[in-house]
Amino acid sequence: MNGQGLLKGMLLTLRHFVESYADDIKYGFKKFSPDVDNFETRQGTQTRGVFTVQYPDEKLAMPERFRFVPFLVVEDWDDELNPGKDWCTSCGICAKVCPPQCIWIVRGDDPVTGRPIPEPEAFFIDIDICMNCGFCAEYCPFDAIKMDHDYELASYDRTTNHVFDKEKLSKEQRYWKNLAPTRAAEEADVRGGWEHKNFKKSWNTTKEQAQSAQAEKDTKRDEVRARKAAAADEKPAASVSDGPIIVGQPGKAPWEESEEIREKRRLGALQRKAIRAAKRGDG
Amino acid sequence: MVDMTAPDLDLKTGSIDDAIANLKEKFPDAVSDDTRAGYGGVIVDKGQLREVAQYLKQNLGFDYLSSATAVDYLGEGQHTTDDHLEMVYHAYRTSGGSALVFKAQTDRDDAVVPSLVPVWKGADFQESEVYDLFGIKFTDHPNLRRILLWDGFHGHPMRKDWKEPYYEEEAKPFGSRWPGGQVHRAEEKTIFGKNVQYPADIDLSRLTDISESKLYEGFGMGVDVQKVTHDGVETDQLIVNMGPHHPSTHGVFRMIMRLDGESVRDLEPIMGYLHRNHEKIGERNTWLHNIPFTDRLDYISSMGNNHGYVLAVEQLLAHNKRWKPPTYRAEVLRVLMVEMSRIINHLWAIGFWLNDIGAFFTPVLYFIEERERMMDFFEAVAGSRMMCNYMRFGGVFADLPERLRSTANLMNDRVRDYNTMQFLTEMINERIPRTIDDLEELLTENEIVKVRSIGVGILSKEDAINYSTAGPLLRGSGVAYDIRRADPYSIYPELDFDVAVRNEGDMYARYSVRVQEMRESIRILKQILPRLEYTANESATANNGSHGDKAPLGEAYGRVENGKGELGYYVVSAGNKRATSNPWRYHVRAPSFINLTPLGAMSEGMKVADVVGILGSIDIVLGETDR
Repeated sequence: MNGQGLLKGMLLTLRHFVESYADDIKYGFKKFSPDVDNFETRQGTQTRGVFTVQYPDEKLAMPERFRFVPFLVVEDWDDELNPGKDWCTSCGICAKVCPPQCIWIVRGDDPVTGRPIPEPEAFFIDIDICMNCGFCAEYCPFDAIKMDHDYELASYDRTTNHVFDKEKLSKEQRYWKNLAPTRAAEEADVRGGWEHKNFKKSWNTTKEQAQSAQAEKDTKRDEVRARKAAAADEKPAASVSDGPIIVGQPGKAPWEESEEIREKRRLGALQRKAIRAAKRGDG
Repeated sequence: MVDMTAPDLDLKTGSIDDAIANLKEKFPDAVSDDTRAGYGGVIVDKGQLREVAQYLKQNLGFDYLSSATAVDYLGEGQHTTDDHLEMVYHAYRTSGGSALVFKAQTDRDDAVVPSLVPVWKGADFQESEVYDLFGIKFTDHPNLRRILLWDGFHGHPMRKDWKEPYYEEEAKPFGSRWPGGQVHRAEEKTIFGKNVQYPADIDLSRLTDISESKLYEGFGMGVDVQKVTHDGVETDQLIVNMGPHHPSTHGVFRMIMRLDGESVRDLEPIMGYLHRNHEKIGERNTWLHNIPFTDRLDYISSMGNNHGYVLAVEQLLAHNKRWKPPTYRAEVLRVLMVEMSRIINHLWAIGFWLNDIGAFFTPVLYFIEERERMMDFFEAVAGSRMMCNYMRFGGVFADLPERLRSTANLMNDRVRDYNTMQFLTEMINERIPRTIDDLEELLTENEIVKVRSIGVGILSKEDAINYSTAGPLLRGSGVAYDIRRADPYSIYPELDFDVAVRNEGDMYARYSVRVQEMRESIRILKQILPRLEYTANESATANNGSHGDKAPLGEAYGRVENGKGELGYYVVSAGNKRATSNPWRYHVRAPSFINLTPLGAMSEGMKVADVVGILGSIDIVLGETDR
């Protein structure tokens, strides 16, 4: 009969409309209390009615394998032996396997021998380029880089703070354990324990070693501070004496300036460079 | 000239080898075997290319031109001594079977090849694309234009000597990443630098004028509108631009229409707004790097994209001595994921098609509910809802987790905590079938849907094949061509399902095919469930390669039946080594792109409002169309 198909469809729409109140009737006002597990019923296979989540007031918890911009796993900061020690050995596999090539690693060198040591000197990830594929975490042989769950990374200026450095990327081992308990346990099984055992040579294995390493670190730090303070006393405002700095035309971008000013700037820069080189003594 | 006597039936159904032998007998001077290691098919002299193609189609039964693309062998040096451009065609029979690959070589400096549009209309867009990206000119092509790039673009980017603006090195991984770690932001390095090239004679103040006026001239229109007479009343014809920003276009896509009143006289699709030269990126990447990039093609069904690509590369890797094929469980998991994406894809396609014909957002939201749950499952298994990046060469990323749970379960163990198999069983046996029942109740007999879609956008069976359409568009026109059956891959031969076909060739037929296909997908998924149970102890990741897999030299074409149609990947491993870590050529045969070829023909004589629906019924995703 004409119109029957339409009517049937309308009834279905009506059913959906009624069902959208199922939650309210079932939970009453409990739905709005912060610690009620109403996501369970909304996300399940038996759920009827409204399925949306009022982000950002409500947030869905992420499953373990969820992947967002990676982080580096380091030893816990209150670890007795190796507080904050990198698990990363700067082997470079993550940098090679990264499809958009958003990882930069500076391999650490031994200050005395100059030979590479299994420790990254610096580690950068450009999160604007990262495509969240998870290859770095998947192919890392040391479980040292993992995918994070923190997806709220928007900021007001992408040009300055979207290249994450090692400090920003490093997170404690226990953070990873919380994030993905099953997988962290599986990985630890393969490794043979929660600690990272791969690099006995550079890692402290006894308390005495740890203390002496800490003492060495402290003296080094003090030395550097003293040196810096002395240098500051010696030549105040060093950069100003380096040579003339030509300021561009106000309100104009560098490429819009006149030839003359650009040439001046170039000469100024060369001059400053020469002065600095002479100071260092490598002429 | 080829004689056009009645074709021999035996020839039309024989094996590929028979066909090639017959072809060589018929054209002894023009056709020779492709003897390069790892290559197959024949090389055809370009002077007789069209005759050979006509003979293939007419007498040997290869009525379906799946893919036409080109490869630039500049400085490759292994297979040939001279640099040349090579056209590669994959022709199939719609009765099933594997491909007959034929190639035509041409000089790089003076690249001209006869167009195959007179033989297969499906070559139209594909040849335009080759012209755009490789600079090969096709004689007798009806509308050769830069289809993806803009007219002022300097050079042909897929040529090996073309370098992109942020060019760093020929192939990844880049040396600056490790161990030096010279961190930089590419855009800072090249700010208004020399990264953009313009042709010498271009007038930057009038960039678009050339292409636009050419386009309008193509419609037989100058600046003046054309006068037509209807029953003695003189009226004007109008040119209307629909898009690039138009909700009905499912992305940035533009249609130029010549209208007579409200009827469409001519229609030309304009695309390329999302073009990012996916294939060039793919050549810089290593084999593995490309997997997450394929996610970004048809982002509605990324699992299917992964599948096609790994199938193609696995064909190459299979020549490795130590290669182990994927385990049975890996295949089962792949099919599980792919069939779920097919359901997602069709729910999405039908939902947005309804948006286009006026049922605004009510049905599509009902379907999105189910899609959400399936994507929750993808997220728990693969780590991401849409950019799944799940498949690997020789396996999958990871096996199913025991429970689909969130990390919040540490605090509250009742939040979204499901046994995976229980979740899947409930979804497949109850939830998804119920949704499809609802969908049918809502739409199949709905009078408005019927009035809007029956008899609209008709594509005849012959045209559907001729235009190289694929997927529901092809099957909605009465061609029972489903790659899962016609040229089976993975474990499809052992699964029991039917190919959905409708004969009408209109929008309603395409809708019906999609609904039927979802039901067949559920039938497949129901057979997958017991297979998951009894392979539970098998490893799905055991054969996953290392990050530096090298592919032996050769070519491969892997294709899958994706939700939108035939998704093919043509990959070439070539160079001066025994095996390569980066593809020499990586081509995507995008169903969304090629299915648009008959859009103009289908829309002729239709109303403007119907054109929107016709586009929706083709079901395109611009990420894949523009690549």
